[in-house]
Amino acid sequence: MDKSLNNENITRSSLKLERVIVSDKTSSIVKGAKRIRRSQQQIRTESIFKNTLVIISIFIIVVVFAILLTLFWQSIPAIKLTGISYLWGKVWDPVKDVFGVYPFILGTLLTSFLALIISIPFSFSVAIFLGEYFPKGTLSDLLKNTVELIAAVPSVIYGFWGLAVLVPIVRGFEAQIGVQTIGLGIFTSSVILAIMIIPYAASLGRSMIQMVPSNLKEAAYALGATRWEVIRSIIFPYTKSGLFAGVMLSLGRALGETMAVTMVIGNTSLIPKNIFSPGNTMASVIANEFTEADHPVYLSALIELGLVLFVVTVVINMIGKRFIKGFSNT
Amino acid sequence: MKTVKSLLLAGIAVAITGSMFITGCGGNGKAGGSDSTDNTILGAGATFPNPLYSKMFSEYNKATNLKVNYQSIGSGGGIQQLTSKTVDFGASDAPMNAKQDSAIAVPVVHIPATAGAVVLSYNLPDMKDTLMLSPDVLADIFLGNIKKWNDAKIKAINKDAKLPDMDIQVAHRSDGSGTTNIFTTYLTKVSKGWEEKVGKGSSVNWPVGLGGKGNEGVAGSVKQTPGAIGYVELAYAIQNNMAFAKMQNKAGNFITPSIASVTAAANITIPEDAKVSLTNTDAPDGYPISGLSWIIIYKEQKYNNRTIDKVTKMLKLIQWMAHDGQQYSAALNYAPLSSNAVSVGDALLKTVTFDGKPVLQ
Repeated sequence: MDKSLNNENITRSSLKLERVIVSDKTSSIVKGAKRIRRSQQQIRTESIFKNTLVIISIFIIVVVFAILLTLFWQSIPAIKLTGISYLWGKVWDPVKDVFGVYPFILGTLLTSFLALIISIPFSFSVAIFLGEYFPKGTLSDLLKNTVELIAAVPSVIYGFWGLAVLVPIVRGFEAQIGVQTIGLGIFTSSVILAIMIIPYAASLGRSMIQMVPSNLKEAAYALGATRWEVIRSIIFPYTKSGLFAGVMLSLGRALGETMAVTMVIGNTSLIPKNIFSPGNTMASVIANEFTEADHPVYLSALIELGLVLFVVTVVINMIGKRFIKGFSNT
Repeated sequence: MKTVKSLLLAGIAVAITGSMFITGCGGNGKAGGSDSTDNTILGAGATFPNPLYSKMFSEYNKATNLKVNYQSIGSGGGIQQLTSKTVDFGASDAPMNAKQDSAIAVPVVHIPATAGAVVLSYNLPDMKDTLMLSPDVLADIFLGNIKKWNDAKIKAINKDAKLPDMDIQVAHRSDGSGTTNIFTTYLTKVSKGWEEKVGKGSSVNWPVGLGGKGNEGVAGSVKQTPGAIGYVELAYAIQNNMAFAKMQNKAGNFITPSIASVTAAANITIPEDAKVSLTNTDAPDGYPISGLSWIIIYKEQKYNNRTIDKVTKMLKLIQWMAHDGQQYSAALNYAPLSSNAVSVGDALLKTVTFDGKPVLQ
């Protein structure tokens, strides 16, 4: 507010000056007028640039809120039909208009967190290896590019690979430990998801580790610390919040992943008995059933499922932010 | 700082009104599009007949220069787009249900355009003969009542076959589809237990089994899992050389699914509105899990500033599809329409009006 007022003052006074200049016509003042005109133009460009930034940022906020509102608006028929029991209902039966999404919420959370647990050792190892041990060199370039390539591969390819390669392997594994041998299921989807989300935590972790001030590390080495001790007591405390932010980014990706999961999770609306059971996630139910939702309440129930997914993602992100804040305060 | 804050509030306000406006618009369905040009017909709907329709439309385009833009977004989506009047015709594997009828409010006509079938594909490594299934056994398998391949009920039908002591692994479609609709309509017709417990629809609450996305998803599950059984479209099964079961029809004969036996299933008395399910028909040599696929249009064609010229072109196109267009069916593994279905479709086309007057004579 203050700044824009100042800008206006400047413009006004310069206008007055200009009038004075025009009446005087001495050469030195003409030069001055040119300078003033230029600075006027600079101010105008500046304010245009600033306004553009403000408008674009507001536009993004508008879009997000518009999505949220549209989801809510369109899910009103389903909310009226099922009420709050939608969230813990265990049966999803579009034929009889019974909509309960508990199995899908469970499936989404199980696959995402299991994927996170599987991926963390890998992504942190890659981050430490690339950030601390070998920041430069052919091998580390190769590893870095390969990890980034993981993020670039379309998810349908992971799904296909999972179906063709991973499912038979998991089936063999299941036969050995003596559970039902399907191959498709929550465990398989978690493994696929784990591979897909490695790059997010790894890249952020790597750049965080590289940003650790070298005087801290050098001081520790000078005191006789080993590599492991430096990582444990210098790098890890310094990069905690960054590493955690990377993990949250991975989790966000895992929650929303649709295609690859749909292909290997088994797609059944029954509540999973264990991690090897087939299940379903919120995103895959929407992707599967949206095109053929043949009556309005059914469609509305699917949109409400989208709303629930939106809210779950926002809540988990908010919890994550709180954690990051907690880390950076210490 | 204050401006930013007030701008933010204004932004949220805009978001609220904006989304209301958008949803309001969607509800009223006033979005145009059908009146873009008079030489383009817009259609949307079923994915199952899409390869055939694409072929038909491209041939028709060569002959008459009329462009048809068909989006295979699914039967439910097609009916929805027709309801909101964003397309000229919808296409569906299932006739419109009561809820969809009340949503569209005005009369529509269903014109049969092609026919297809759903076959049961299975994976039994040692099974040399063709598996035979009766309606009861099929329903019991998909209800989870029959769990083993060497169950006495399956043995009773397949007397000479060597059935293994193996768990039955049911595979079904995870995505909503017309194929599922035909299959569950059949099971609802032949089994009381299925009707009470599950019912019919393009997605249902499956008591057992794994879902695969699309025909290829189900086919993948069946191929990979020994002891699996799943349903896929006839065309898909033929193209991929999959093993499929003979089904017992209403007359008691075990029928191998084929283009001929599907056409035969439609060789029955078709009701005037053509909204008939071809499942479990009386035809003695008809394959019992068959279904028609329809083109759906409004009975009164004067809406959204449409011209009579465009309406005539569209009706002639649909007429051509039911007659000359059928020659492309067999090559793409679709069943040509039976003569009964064609004549009912012709009669229906003549009932279509423009401003109260019939368009085709």
